[in-house]
Amino acid sequence: MPKWGRAVWTLILIKLFLIFIVLKLFFFPNFLKHNFKTDEERAKYVFEQLTDNHS
Amino acid sequence: MLENIDFAIVNWSRAQFALTAMFHWVFVPLTLGLGFLNAFTETIYYKTGNPEWKKLTKFWMKLFGINFACGVATGLILEFQFGTNWSNYSWFVGDIFGAPLAIEGIIAFFMESTFVAVMFFGWEKVSKRFHLASTWLTAIGANLSAVWILVANGWMQNPVGTAFNPDTARNEMTNFWEIIFSETALNKFFHSTTCGFVLAAVFVIGVSSWFLLKNREILFAKRSIVVAAVFGLISSIIIVVSGDKTTKHVAEVQPMKLAAMESLYEGTENAPLVAFGILSGKETEKNITADSNADFLFKIEIPGMLSFLSFNDSQSFVAGIKDLVLGNEERGILSYTEKIERGHEARQTLLAYKNAKEENPNSELTAYLKEKLNDQTFINEYFTYFGYAPYYDENPEILQQNAFKMVPPISLTFYSFRIMVMLGFYFVLLFVVVLFLIFKDKLHTKRWLLLILIFSIPLPYIAGMAGWIVAEVGRQPWAIQDLMSVVVAISKIETSSVMITFSLFAVLFFVLFIAEMMILLKQIKIGPKIEEENSNV
Repeated sequence: MPKWGRAVWTLILIKLFLIFIVLKLFFFPNFLKHNFKTDEERAKYVFEQLTDNHS
Repeated sequence: MLENIDFAIVNWSRAQFALTAMFHWVFVPLTLGLGFLNAFTETIYYKTGNPEWKKLTKFWMKLFGINFACGVATGLILEFQFGTNWSNYSWFVGDIFGAPLAIEGIIAFFMESTFVAVMFFGWEKVSKRFHLASTWLTAIGANLSAVWILVANGWMQNPVGTAFNPDTARNEMTNFWEIIFSETALNKFFHSTTCGFVLAAVFVIGVSSWFLLKNREILFAKRSIVVAAVFGLISSIIIVVSGDKTTKHVAEVQPMKLAAMESLYEGTENAPLVAFGILSGKETEKNITADSNADFLFKIEIPGMLSFLSFNDSQSFVAGIKDLVLGNEERGILSYTEKIERGHEARQTLLAYKNAKEENPNSELTAYLKEKLNDQTFINEYFTYFGYAPYYDENPEILQQNAFKMVPPISLTFYSFRIMVMLGFYFVLLFVVVLFLIFKDKLHTKRWLLLILIFSIPLPYIAGMAGWIVAEVGRQPWAIQDLMSVVVAISKIETSSVMITFSLFAVLFFVLFIAEMMILLKQIKIGPKIEEENSNV
């Protein structure tokens, strides 16, 4: 493998690690899945957000 | 009520999404265009058997590979943000966004990854015909992947083919083909992908000009320039045509964006196009006293041109910001204040349905309200304006002030539009001049022009970004046109967490961009080789 190929592969692996391990796991939880257990609860919450006269 | 909204989280979430989307767009257009340029040059190699064309193809393919590697998965960060920062929006759009993105994932995964691998690793391992087919399928696959995200974006600009389900609080797809073939989606696809083609053409011409300037790889550079300039010229003409169609469609479905693009406050017949203008700064004061002429320090207008570009008739009426906010009965334009009141009515009906259902799901009231929410007349006259509801206020003065707050940022939209259009015409000129001189065999003698061509490489990136700013900033405050504003679309999370991830992205993207530049520049300096040490990456 040429040197530039190794550099590109290294870049891909570091980037994928940062995106899928660091960012996804620690910084980007799915808000609705994280805070509510069922789809009914999620729908109810979004309903409240959509119909909230104070927002 | 607007005073209860935390605009810090709204603005940081928007800034983070804009940063990520713009960074993603650094890589995407070059992949879209260079993929086809690889396919063209490899086809010539396949037809002629001339190893010089193989050398040429492998060089540009190498740059394509570096760009592809740096860009791959950067778009996924946008999807993370949907779930974290834009959860109300993600839930509300439901399957409309899910289906196209799922198809994109499947196509991107199966088509691009399979054929990209053959394209890079398959030289000398598969037949020339199969390798050529893989290069073409990589280019087509990359562009097909772009279709789906652009369809999703087109739906956000013009939501068609869907119905809102009041039980799940989600939009459901009612007509797949209406979404796929909506004029907004088609215009967006052709305009965005051809933007990528022009960008790749300018990139290839700029890099090849560097070789000409250095008096290296002369034949390679000239051949690359011919292929790129022909591709670029055809693409830039398609861009002009699709841009014209986009303007006409925007005039129809997003008239406020058009008015903001022109800083046009008072609608008029024979509306002029501001060919060049400098805003005074007063355009930020959006209220009833605003005035189109006072907003400019200086402007050069083309009479009737805006009317012609919008409706194919130089005498036609183009609505201004005041017509749209305050309404214009004579022209049949419903005011924003009326739309806000109708949106409020739709929201109150939805709220009443929710309360009635909680009290007794089988009551007559629940059934009546559900029927009302599904009634087509109610949908057309009220629910169509559901997104305006957060701007409601009982006080008519505050209601009008809120209506003016819905006017998008004018100066950013105005200048971005002009930068995009001016650069678009510059590229047409650039390709014509380059083709003329290359066929006269004089391009390599014009050192000043070669320098201009090298320094033109960033310009299509700027044009592309400016185009996206017009498309997205120009349609504020909407996440989904008329149905959901950004203030409702966001998640109620801590502003500080969005600020932290914004900073992380800024650092990560900067490092990634520098890394790509370093690898790219090094490979460009090395230049093409007849027999590489090993073509596999």
